[in-house]
Amino acid sequence: MSTTLYDKIWNDHLVDQQDDGTALLFVDRHLVHEVTSPQAFEGLRNSNRKVRHPNLTLAVADHNVPTTDRTKGIADAESKIQVDTLEANCKEFGVQLFGMDDKRQGIVHIIGPEQGFTQPGTVIVCGDSHTATHGAFGSLAFGIGTSEVEHVLATQTLVQKKAKNFRINVNGQLPLGVTSKDVILQIIGKIGTAGGTGSVIEYAGDLIRSLSVEQRMTICNMTIEGGARAGLIAPDEKIFNYLKGKPMSPKGDNWEKALNYWSTLRTDTDASFDQELNLNADEILPMITWGTSPQDVITIDDKVPNPQSESDEDKKNSIERALKYMGLKPDMAAKDIKIDKVFIGSCTNGRIEDLREAAKILKDKKISSHVNAMVVPGSGLVKEQAEQEGLDKIFVNSGFEWREPGCSMCLAMNADKLKPEERCASTSNRNFEGRQGRGGRTHLVSPGMAAAAAISGSLDDVRKYQN
Amino acid sequence: MQKFNTLKSVPAYLPIVNIDTDMIIPKQFLKTIKRTGLGKNLFFEMRYNDQGKEISDFVLNQSPYNDSKILIAGKNFGCGSSREHAPWALLDFGITCVISSSYADIFYSNCFKNGILPIILEEEKIKELSEYAGRKEEISIDLNDEKIVYGNNEIKFDIDPFKKKCLLEGLDDIALSLKKSDKIENFETNLKNKKPWIFND
Repeated sequence: MSTTLYDKIWNDHLVDQQDDGTALLFVDRHLVHEVTSPQAFEGLRNSNRKVRHPNLTLAVADHNVPTTDRTKGIADAESKIQVDTLEANCKEFGVQLFGMDDKRQGIVHIIGPEQGFTQPGTVIVCGDSHTATHGAFGSLAFGIGTSEVEHVLATQTLVQKKAKNFRINVNGQLPLGVTSKDVILQIIGKIGTAGGTGSVIEYAGDLIRSLSVEQRMTICNMTIEGGARAGLIAPDEKIFNYLKGKPMSPKGDNWEKALNYWSTLRTDTDASFDQELNLNADEILPMITWGTSPQDVITIDDKVPNPQSESDEDKKNSIERALKYMGLKPDMAAKDIKIDKVFIGSCTNGRIEDLREAAKILKDKKISSHVNAMVVPGSGLVKEQAEQEGLDKIFVNSGFEWREPGCSMCLAMNADKLKPEERCASTSNRNFEGRQGRGGRTHLVSPGMAAAAAISGSLDDVRKYQN
Repeated sequence: MQKFNTLKSVPAYLPIVNIDTDMIIPKQFLKTIKRTGLGKNLFFEMRYNDQGKEISDFVLNQSPYNDSKILIAGKNFGCGSSREHAPWALLDFGITCVISSSYADIFYSNCFKNGILPIILEEEKIKELSEYAGRKEEISIDLNDEKIVYGNNEIKFDIDPFKKKCLLEGLDDIALSLKKSDKIENFETNLKNKKPWIFND
């Protein structure tokens, strides 16, 4: 029978299946961070259980770490306890940890691929919803809760029910200045934040195949914002070349064996999907979010919506609530939205290509005098690479702050946060109320759009700055 | 895990769609290394003003809803972050049943690990139940019979039989899976032959 890529990975990881369809799935790779793991390790300790496969587990502290000078340690007492607890737990249970001073430290979804820990055809989980990122490698990767983290640590398996197959085909070519961030924002705008609930989304089409590995990660990363637990893309030569020689990638004979297997990982041509959506890349424009949900998207040429023109009562109420929170007037032009801060970073857009894209716009330019802007590289290795290319100097000369790696202002668990009513152009993934700080107002954009906003002082069209 | 069987309470109604887990429990409370104590910060930003005082028109700050064990809310409840702190905060507040027309996947599955019953109902039934909330009348939930009783009426709801059994008996997922240790070991042995690079041996 013809099967999808998701079906193949699923079938290949079935340890057991009950009559009612409840399955026990083997987990090949488990990523762990400090926020969602302490209660899981405590649970193991209380029931006298071990980590079943420490060598299939990799830990890093990313959410709570300061992005300023680290020699002083962590100032916030609670953040420090959480990071110290992760360190102690990893030591006790024999799990490899990239500590705060390790140059391989960074956002969990950036270091996995960087180290070759992320591999095609694997099941990858982490107590973090953006685990979907790793689907760019053709792995089945999804976020889990802390109880499930404990379950995976103890059994190397997870209890799951099979999701539905949803394929999104994107064909054509992106116009100049339009990126994979705009593609995924466009998709979320179309399907809504619950559009993918209960499904695994496979991204296909010639546009998707033409994207670099890092651009694919941005798309898979925000799949969760469309409600689907996992997004995946069939692996190809670009993925294999990316992984070759990475520290944790297969070596020697194993590399050849892995490559043979990875090359089989694709959806059969006549496989059927429960749902399909087709998009034309040529019609996608630079996007922004205006509201407090990732589905609240408009193009940079558009206006903020007017609740009066909405007939559905629920939608009308939520537009009104969002406009009030965001401090915006109905029908206001996107380009008239003045910003106070710019944040470039996160597991969505904190990789080297993202920094290059922003630096290209910022070269020999100054950011607007009322804007406070920062770049937080996704990992120590991204930071090192950027410095070798001189990108840090471009950012600093334009007026950006150049920081140490971590999750930072994407969710504001460390000291980097918005003040009430401060408005930010952000390359992160969520514009929820209070996400970047209580009362803070977030507009999600691509790295190029964030750089353009920093220069103009208002949301602006990146195409204006393309050479 | 606490068993779930029957429940009787005046439900609290929060008529907002797409309530995300950042709203249920904001990030400053994720720094805890415990599962308990989060109830006082449930819906923090809607519940307290900048000075930390209770906002009186927020439903969970009003009697009898401050003692509600059942929360009725708009569709796509629990979207966003995977944080299990969201069901922990609900549970710590005393809410053990949520009623909505849909849930985000991770939140939905997290509820069952914590003895919380998330019920899915059609929008119109939710409107009907919300009127009971408005009148401060009690409704009862019976998991075994898969029904909600309100006044002289009842509504049936559907739930996955295995999830139902786990809630009714308060079963520990890990212990259940470890009963299948033989199968896990077999799988691992095959895996080492078939895909030796996975274990990096």
